Amino acid sequence: MPVNVVMPQMGESIFEGTVTKWLKKIGEKVERDEPLFEISTDKVDAEIPAPSAGVLKEIKVKEGETVEINTIVAILDDGGAPTSPETSATEAAAAPKAEAAKPATAPPPPAPAARPAAAPLPPAAIGGELTFDPAKLRELGIRTSPLVRRLAKENGVDLRQLTGTGAGGRVTKQDIQATIAKGAPAYAEASAGLPAAAGAPAGKPAAVELGLAVPRERLYFGRYQVEPMSAMRRSIAEHMVASKRTSAHVYSVDEVDMTRIAQLRAQHKGEFERKNGAKLTFMPFFIRACVDALRAFPTVNSSVDGTNVVLHQDINIGVAVALDWGLIVPVIKRADEMNFLGLQRAVTDLATRARTKKLKPEEVQHSTFSITNPGVFGGLMGLPVINQPNVAILGMGTIEKRPVVIDDAIAIRSMVYLTLSYDHRVVDGATAHQFMGRVKKTLQEWQEPIL
Amino acid sequence: MPVMTYVQAVGRGLWEEMERDPAVLMIGEDIGVYGGAFKVTDGFLAHFGRERVIDTPISESAIVGAAVGMSYLGLRPVCELQFIDFIACCFNQITNFVAKSHYRWGAPVPMVIRGPAGGGVHGGPFHSQNPEMYFVHTPGLKVVCPSSAYDAKGLIKAAVRDNNPVLFFEHKFLYRRVKEEVPEDDYIVPLGQAAVRREGRDLTLVTYAAMVQVCLDAAEQLEKEDGLACEVIDLRTLLPLDKETILSSLRKTNKLLVVHEDTRTGGIAGEIAAMVMEEAFDQLDGPLMRVTSLDTPVPYSPPLEEYFLPNAAKVVKAARDLARY
Repeated sequence: MPVNVVMPQMGESIFEGTVTKWLKKIGEKVERDEPLFEISTDKVDAEIPAPSAGVLKEIKVKEGETVEINTIVAILDDGGAPTSPETSATEAAAAPKAEAAKPATAPPPPAPAARPAAAPLPPAAIGGELTFDPAKLRELGIRTSPLVRRLAKENGVDLRQLTGTGAGGRVTKQDIQATIAKGAPAYAEASAGLPAAAGAPAGKPAAVELGLAVPRERLYFGRYQVEPMSAMRRSIAEHMVASKRTSAHVYSVDEVDMTRIAQLRAQHKGEFERKNGAKLTFMPFFIRACVDALRAFPTVNSSVDGTNVVLHQDINIGVAVALDWGLIVPVIKRADEMNFLGLQRAVTDLATRARTKKLKPEEVQHSTFSITNPGVFGGLMGLPVINQPNVAILGMGTIEKRPVVIDDAIAIRSMVYLTLSYDHRVVDGATAHQFMGRVKKTLQEWQEPIL
Repeated sequence: MPVMTYVQAVGRGLWEEMERDPAVLMIGEDIGVYGGAFKVTDGFLAHFGRERVIDTPISESAIVGAAVGMSYLGLRPVCELQFIDFIACCFNQITNFVAKSHYRWGAPVPMVIRGPAGGGVHGGPFHSQNPEMYFVHTPGLKVVCPSSAYDAKGLIKAAVRDNNPVLFFEHKFLYRRVKEEVPEDDYIVPLGQAAVRREGRDLTLVTYAAMVQVCLDAAEQLEKEDGLACEVIDLRTLLPLDKETILSSLRKTNKLLVVHEDTRTGGIAGEIAAMVMEEAFDQLDGPLMRVTSLDTPVPYSPPLEEYFLPNAAKVVKAARDLARY
């Protein structure tokens, strides 16, 4: 039976993806969940597993092509018998019922740009995260079976929007097959359930035209080579331009004496690694200091929605990770609830998986504050662009020994320059400098045991 | 092709194997002069002689014990137990010697223990039992339960040729009720392979022995009255269990009903349920269900026995519940 392989939706605000590499050739066998192809989207690069075992029959989207989500990119043959006509009849019979029950669902893949900002809000139950977790579904009063949950997951079907025809309203195999057969995964974007942003553009919020600052002909002279941007490069470019255009960037610089922490680290890193199997780096110290300062100055942990300030209750720290092919910002969720070891583990894990393209889309979303480390490449300091929709980003310079004056004596201390880029729409200089002062104090007077 | 009953097919298979291999011999109660209680070995004594068709006293333990010794010495004995219920009398020989010899010393035990099993013939509690699961639980054995004359011949021949000890449960309800064309060729039906008796897409009935026909009748009724297409799988061998045939059917129908004449608790249905949970949980679109005999001894009273055993009506009801789930 042919099985359609579709471009998955790798996050809420993602509407297209680029097939970067096919990992299987036509005619090759693939196991279920074995990586089939690689994609690149606005947010992540990822390997996409095969939805079922079978033979790769047809590749519909070539490497390098960009298509909308849910576009069929390939067809697998799972080796099963073709669906008999009777089955189709049952499905066809079940289809109108399911359709009638959920008028709010849009027909085939929603065209992002076409969705009006003032679209009527779907029922409240539709908001929140798409889930296939049996316990959560049970809480929502949705009765399913293991098979139904698997098919829903593989096909991105929002079970909350199906009306089951089985015993007690159970969603049956026939119900879900009918939904899939209609070609429209019933997943309504979670963001559709949130209040419409004041004046915010609908669809792809970060997208901007990458214009030219000079006439085109002035770019091409002498000898040159033209290379198209990768999806990630284009995404970074758009994001940075949008950020600069949106936020009123201001920069503060501070100098922090890291001697105490450097000594602590030198003294304990062997034991830390032995005990925990994780390397001890400087990053968790900075995260801890930022978390503490963010608690003290909540406006730094916010987003701007027109004339509203969204004060986030969660403290989710984005940590920029440089990749050979670009840059990505995985997010440590609820960093304020982690202990020191937990932070170190999260940093190591996210960075490793970022480099091996194993990040999940939800792991690069929902940051409330970001940290970047130009120092790792030897930079004395950097003045980073704010990672939207945050209002501030901390840059760490290189940590090196410098002569400093302490009590009229010159001493050799391990020093670092910290910079804070902040959005002057909501954060004023006074707050920014107090924030930095607090970070500095935490670092210089480090108290927390690390072992 | 000659038409044979199930019981004749067993006899025919044994005859062919004795002709083929001089190491094969029969041992049991009344199998020689009398030709066996069910006439499976009728005529064997005259043709193969006393050395190879051995009548014994009434002692199942002695029959199996002697056969284990023969098998150590390179013979291929086939033991007949007059009613398989009395396999309980040689439980120690089977579980401790027959099943473990190869494991302990590497000694092959190429022997077969066969006899009539099953109810539906008003035989009462000592002549109607299905004791197969005691032995499915015993590593080192193979357990075979044919449902047709064709399989009875092909499987008994495969059992005789197998170098492992094989328990061969013949269903006495089928002995003379099943009549079909059986090839005269020297064919075998491999052990460990289930057969799909009827194809379907809505739910899978897994069964064996006398319940195969019950399930086929139920499937026919479900097709006619409910438009449900049931797939019917005949396990043929319980040990080793043909998991792949079960799982591949489940991948198609996503619903499984196991039917067995053996009593409920500790029956093969429970084992299949656990296997499916472990290997194909996310293929299930409903609970695994079972139709079995009740957890009591087999009643002697005909109406009670009828109540005790699974039948097509019970299968139809369970299948409808499962289909609606």
